Amino acid sequence: MPGSSGNNGFWASVAPGPRTLRLYQALLLVLVFGVWHVLTSPTLLPPLYFDDANKAAFFFGEPVKVLSRLWNWFASGEIWAHLWVTLVETMLAFFIGTVFGVIIGLWLALSPITSAILDPYIKGFNAMPRIILAPIFAVWFGLGIASKVALGVTLVFFIVFFNVYQGVREVSPNVLANARILGASPRQLLRHVYLPSAMSWVFASLHNSVGLAFVGAVVGEYLGSASGVGYLILQAEGVFDINTVFAGILLLTAFALVLDWVVGLVERRLMVWQPRAGETERV
Amino acid sequence: MTSAPALALERITCTFISRDDAEQRYTAVRDTTIRVDAGEFVSVVGPTGCGKSTLLHVAAGLLEPSAGGVRVFGEPLVGLNHRAGYLFQADALMPWRSALANVTAGLEFRGTPRAEAVAMGEDWLRRVGLGGFGNRYPHQLSGGMRKRVSLAQTLILNPQIILMDEPFAALDVQTRQMMENELLDLWSADRKSVVFITHDLEEAIALADRVVVLSAGPDTHPIGEFVIDLPRPRDVAEIRLTPQFLALHTQIWHVMKEEVLKGYARQQRQ
Repeated sequence: MPGSSGNNGFWASVAPGPRTLRLYQALLLVLVFGVWHVLTSPTLLPPLYFDDANKAAFFFGEPVKVLSRLWNWFASGEIWAHLWVTLVETMLAFFIGTVFGVIIGLWLALSPITSAILDPYIKGFNAMPRIILAPIFAVWFGLGIASKVALGVTLVFFIVFFNVYQGVREVSPNVLANARILGASPRQLLRHVYLPSAMSWVFASLHNSVGLAFVGAVVGEYLGSASGVGYLILQAEGVFDINTVFAGILLLTAFALVLDWVVGLVERRLMVWQPRAGETERV
Repeated sequence: MTSAPALALERITCTFISRDDAEQRYTAVRDTTIRVDAGEFVSVVGPTGCGKSTLLHVAAGLLEPSAGGVRVFGEPLVGLNHRAGYLFQADALMPWRSALANVTAGLEFRGTPRAEAVAMGEDWLRRVGLGGFGNRYPHQLSGGMRKRVSLAQTLILNPQIILMDEPFAALDVQTRQMMENELLDLWSADRKSVVFITHDLEEAIALADRVVVLSAGPDTHPIGEFVIDLPRPRDVAEIRLTPQFLALHTQIWHVMKEEVLKGYARQQRQ
């Protein structure tokens, strides 16, 4: 239709595409919050499901109150101490789990006999529902940071470990033989061949590990602690303050995304040698 | 008695045991002797799957033969052959290193000071026609360029023996002829001993001083040796058209033909 060409031009500039990706992601978020608000507000709609207009808000919270709760947390500064504790637990679990995963992954991948002996135990530990260790860690390490870090480490470690193990096993035999003939000592092979080859697998696993490190920290706090975002959530649940629970969840989600983004940044910096999809430059 | 050959494979036998069934044995190479003099360019041709790469792995010290031994300048080879460079058939560059870092890898492993290594690396990249490509990663280079990087990576260490395992097999015909000429140029500058493995008889004759023909596997062994007295310097594209080349080709092909058919028949059966 000739009359709508102006519309088309406008539509072309906001059509879903790589440039407007962020816009649509934000719109989706607004939409979800809007629907949430409309469905839970006691005054906007007559109750659809519950017999009492206030019940929807009681069970699902109200986004306005959730957001104002978040605002109050930051405005009063009350949240920083708790957030700091949870972040420290998460980062420590993430860091320690990753380092151990890389070291033990390299060791077992390069020592077939050890890995053959330990194989059933590793599979067993991995299959075990390790979240259940949280109360045991609380007994062993107390109610402070250490028990939460220990739980996070057990979750992160196996993901990184299996990826490093796989990464080392998948080293191209040609690259390996070539490096040996070029004169690499066993230690240089480790540093210049095995480690870089395993790193691409490690980074793939780190995105999963970030989330699990948070799970370890929050579940640990949830089961027994005196501070942390998980502690706040537990306190709020005790008094049926569903808005605060949701505020805590949103806060944790946001910080998990931030950590994942940081991992992505480091990955792009260290993995420049990897071909990226769509990169066709050849000269 | 003249001086010892640069590389001597003495009565090499390689028997592989099947991983699934220890009773199953496969003898890839049997009782094979090949000698390469200092400065000599030897091509080894044979049908596909005849154990040529096995021989080269033995020469490099990557694989221990079941029987027989390797001598390098008269000394028995123990462990890796440190006087040899190896050019692999498949890509063997470290993908996480730039072209320059790949070329200088061997120097780095040997503890050469970094500034010196970089200077040598850049010089070698220029010599293989890749000056200015030093900071590219292997995936950003074409197949031919990656082969040049591999060549520079091997030659920068100044090995006395160069082992080449069908290095140009994956390249298109034009790139391949260019690479062959460049290889001959580099080689003639300071003659190393070269063992060049290929299944392409024309390539073997065009490059070599001597062509060794292997039988089809299993139990691969040499069935003929031919001295290639074509004049040097050669242009691999042009020399293929000379009557001398054609005569040699006919003569060697006559010996090889039966083995190629045998190898083909064996592959069909599998």
